[in-house]
Amino acid sequence: MNLTIDPEICTGCGSCEDTCPYEAIEVVDGLAVTNESCTLCGACVEVCPVEAITLPPKTAESQPDTGDYKGVWVFCEQRRGQLHSVGLELLGKGRELADQLGNELVAVIFGHNLDGMTPDLVRHGADKVLSVSDPALEHFTDDVYGQVLSSLIKEKKPEIVLCGATALGRSFFPGVAAMVGTGLTADCTELAIDPKNNQLLQTRPAFGGNIMATIVCPHHRPQMATVRPKVMRKPKPREDRGEIVDLRLPQGVEALSRVVDSIEETSQSALLAEAEIIVTAGRGIQDPKNLDLIRDLAELLGGAVGATRGVVDSGWIPYAHQVGQTGRTVSPKLYVAIGVSGAVQHVVGMQSSQVIVAVNNDPEASIFDVATYGLVGDLFEVVPAMIQRLKSAQGLG
Amino acid sequence: MRTLVCIKQVPDTKNIKIDPETNTLIRQGVESIVNPFDLFACEAALALKDQLGGTVTAMTMGPPQAESALREVMGLGVDDAGLLADQAFAGSDTWATSYTLAKGAEKLGPFDLIVCGKQAIDGDTAQVGPEMAARLNIPYVSFVRRIVSCDGQEMTVERLMDDGYDVVTFKLPALVTVVKEIGEVRVPSFKNKMKAKKCPVPVYGAADLGAEESSCGLEGSPTRVVRIFAPKPRDNREKWEGEPEELAVRVLKRLSADKIITAAID
Repeated sequence: MNLTIDPEICTGCGSCEDTCPYEAIEVVDGLAVTNESCTLCGACVEVCPVEAITLPPKTAESQPDTGDYKGVWVFCEQRRGQLHSVGLELLGKGRELADQLGNELVAVIFGHNLDGMTPDLVRHGADKVLSVSDPALEHFTDDVYGQVLSSLIKEKKPEIVLCGATALGRSFFPGVAAMVGTGLTADCTELAIDPKNNQLLQTRPAFGGNIMATIVCPHHRPQMATVRPKVMRKPKPREDRGEIVDLRLPQGVEALSRVVDSIEETSQSALLAEAEIIVTAGRGIQDPKNLDLIRDLAELLGGAVGATRGVVDSGWIPYAHQVGQTGRTVSPKLYVAIGVSGAVQHVVGMQSSQVIVAVNNDPEASIFDVATYGLVGDLFEVVPAMIQRLKSAQGLG
Repeated sequence: MRTLVCIKQVPDTKNIKIDPETNTLIRQGVESIVNPFDLFACEAALALKDQLGGTVTAMTMGPPQAESALREVMGLGVDDAGLLADQAFAGSDTWATSYTLAKGAEKLGPFDLIVCGKQAIDGDTAQVGPEMAARLNIPYVSFVRRIVSCDGQEMTVERLMDDGYDVVTFKLPALVTVVKEIGEVRVPSFKNKMKAKKCPVPVYGAADLGAEESSCGLEGSPTRVVRIFAPKPRDNREKWEGEPEELAVRVLKRLSADKIITAAID
């Protein structure tokens, strides 16, 4: 199958050539042509100003009756008897989606002795909680969690199944999607229902966060997605009104692996994810010794220290401090970016912060595109002035 | 022990930028590289081979030029390689990719262990490894940071979790995906690089793998990209210029007044 390029319409403008991430399309003699590197990703289709390019049509396939599938499920992760907040955040979003579709919102929770956690799921919007409590589920393994969830999905046929994009969710959800035989979209940052056809529009960053892609799963059910923590807002608790259903471990579940030990470590990167205030160093700080400025400011503000990938890759600070695509996604009350250029890979990891302050001497720096307050100035003058002022406010200077 | 490493050739996303005028990717000067996480997968497989003996095979699905990625990892000491290339594979999402790779693993195998990088830097999904294991019906563990022990029959690994790590034991055959902490990637040796140049890299199409074309590529992909766009800017932004002292005080006053910081600035 190949892209179709209409030679009557193509103007040879080269937009597609500039856009293709795979060098798979080029303009030859005034017409765009593809080569064998084409992955049919569709990037060129989107940018073509004259709509000359089309993806190959999908031929008829045996489609399940998508109408049989109803309800929005949120898999709510717990570890060591503690609910992960992303599950509650997703119940908020799931409530919206379920209301739009006119269907129920179901929270799904696995583990052993879950009674302390299930009422919280109802308070955060679930109409129903499917709770599977069994010693076999006390520790997370991909195979047992995967088999139990896929068996429930096959039996009850939900329309949408969501889960937090945590280490646990990103690991076992793909196995579930493969066992059930449906599509899965990873690390979504936006979810919406398409009013035209009730399909779930799943938006996620791709190419290192340089572009956003909206993905659908038109002919397979359920529609499955993992969603980044701290992107959706946790709903306010309400009066109980949902129902808690205790289920047994389905028949035929077979453990293929076992957890022999589980060690809790409160790492620097975990602290970063929880911090209310983060002060982040970009490569603009020029030298690792200038990290002291960042640390001083963070300490005076009562915050944690973050870093861009450039600073981490230079070996100036450990990886645990890295914010961004390949580091942590954070969403603090206040994010202060010092000498940060604002590469999209960084921005996707911090853009949901409540207030963003950026200090950069380049007025064109792309960090200013996301900064609530952009300070155009030399960080080596602005940051010491902030430190001085905070010290005097706290009676230290 | 026979180990398979799955790799991917990717555009070096570090260098991709968006053209603000046209909202399109600027691809100029962007090279193709072996997905960095897959080099860690090679290292993990080669370290096991150093310890237990056996062979390491590399496999990729991609266009014909992805052969260079296979030769690159052969330079690290990978013994042989297979390229899954067919126009029928184009447009694969993770589900269709995992189908094709699972067919490839059956064709090139059997293997005791399959190692993948935790994710590719172009798609960042981390889905292909687990989906492939589920299709092969073998146990898998993602985000492995250390191989504690392996005797060719059973394996114990440390898996990175958000709140620490788990130690997990399972029987082979199995699949693991590895993170950066698994170990520093070795430097390619001259001898291996010479060998890599000469070694044949067989190419397998859908028919060679016994793969159903309707399960491959765009045709076999449940998901569709319907829109691609640049991340949108934030509303209500202010950009201030002025003397450093003035900027510092102004922003602290604003943050204090809005109760974002607790310090009282007047």
